[in-house]
Amino acid sequence: MIAANIFIMVLAISVITALFLFKDISQFLISSLEEKVDVSVYFKYESSEEDVLKVKEEIGKIPEVKEVKYVSKEEALKKFTEKHQDNPVLMESLAEVGVNPFLASLGIKAFQAHQYEAVVSFLERPHFNYLIEKIDYYERKPVIERIYGLTSSFNRAGIVFSIILALVAILVAFNTVRLSIYNWREEIKIQRLVGASNWFIRGPFLVQGAICGFFAALICLLLFALLTWGIDSKAELLFPGLGLFAFFVSNFWLILLIQLLSGIGLGVISSLIAVKKYLKV
Amino acid sequence: MIRFQNITKIYPPRTIALDDVSFEVKPKEFVCLVGKSGAGKTTLLKLLLAEERPTSGRIFFENQDIQKVKLGYLPELRRKIGAVFQDYKLLPSKTAYENIAYVMEVIGASDLEIDRDMTEVLDIVGLTKKAHNFPAQLSGGEKQRVAIARALIHRPEVILADEPTGNLDPYHTLDIIRLLLKINEFGTTIILATHNKEIINSLGKRAITLNEGKVIRDEKVGRFIL
Repeated sequence: MIAANIFIMVLAISVITALFLFKDISQFLISSLEEKVDVSVYFKYESSEEDVLKVKEEIGKIPEVKEVKYVSKEEALKKFTEKHQDNPVLMESLAEVGVNPFLASLGIKAFQAHQYEAVVSFLERPHFNYLIEKIDYYERKPVIERIYGLTSSFNRAGIVFSIILALVAILVAFNTVRLSIYNWREEIKIQRLVGASNWFIRGPFLVQGAICGFFAALICLLLFALLTWGIDSKAELLFPGLGLFAFFVSNFWLILLIQLLSGIGLGVISSLIAVKKYLKV
Repeated sequence: MIRFQNITKIYPPRTIALDDVSFEVKPKEFVCLVGKSGAGKTTLLKLLLAEERPTSGRIFFENQDIQKVKLGYLPELRRKIGAVFQDYKLLPSKTAYENIAYVMEVIGASDLEIDRDMTEVLDIVGLTKKAHNFPAQLSGGEKQRVAIARALIHRPEVILADEPTGNLDPYHTLDIIRLLLKINEFGTTIILATHNKEIINSLGKRAITLNEGKVIRDEKVGRFIL
């Protein structure tokens, strides 16, 4: 019965730990998606570098803006030639133009996808009009909004899912403990009849619950160490930079704490509630 | 010391186990409860231990109304009572030794005291050799002797003995009755429920006779008449 208790608790603690990891992985995926989003502002051909840098400075002061990157005309040309040097047609046409046809631009990144709207409306103010050629936000708007919608619903679904799973896991663990204590109901009654106080009776059950929870937590820790280590390289292929095992190692103490708390807490609280029912003699 | 006052106990739907029972037990008294099976002897003892509640009437233990004792304070009351249950009620997961010692642990006795008293009590009930057997490994008579040892080891004020000799051979029966008499001499109140005619007749103690839940006789020197 104790083995069954530990096994069920391992499942429950695994769910709770998985939720903790899931929360972080989803955060990572969301931020890596958002990382890929930016808005570029192209400046008119005749605007000077000084003006552009001034705008850059002003944009940098907006709290929603995470990063502003200045790309000068020369840099834009250099990037283009580097990228397309194997394409003779493009290179020839560029040579035919004779001058650098590229515009200076600012690449703006906001912290979150929904903040671009505010940044763009700042740039659309009339006193920037004479400088700015175009803002590519409106071309990207549908993509940005879709990512924004996706990430927020992903997050929301994650939270709901995690709460439901955690509840189910806790209920299952509680029921297993309750069943094992059900077998002791006669003994508990006898203990009451010979004058044992409630704490004297509860004590051993609570200790047993705590020990079960402790071992379940240790087993879980080992399982997750092996699991994250095992799938680390495969996960890296799918999501570069995720570093599942590294995340596990760097959060080792926190994970251990979560597992011990949930294991011992589950064991003790379930025992407490389950024994209570039979103390009414 | 113990007073039953107009006690009626009805088990649903309408089994009347006790019908308006009243009597008093004085300190240091030795009282026999006599009656056929189903007369209400065990029910009476269950009510005194607050294992069950009467349908009506009141029970006083040392002037304390038992029904008014809160669940949390019942252990204190029960520690003053040593009970030998008809079905023994031993803890199956503990050995004979642990079963008896448990009561000492409950009252907070030290290991030294437990060890000293256990040696003595095991000797009295003749279970020294079987001390480390589990209840499932003991015969009916041996279990009964463990139950008796458990009821008296912590020197309670009252001992309730529900058919304590029901499974014993005549030799051990006599021993146990002598033991109860001795404990009584030292000042412990004894309530003995039995349907053993010879015991009642040879004891010459007060006998309360129950029949179909009613007290039909209460004699100073009881005889077994049904």
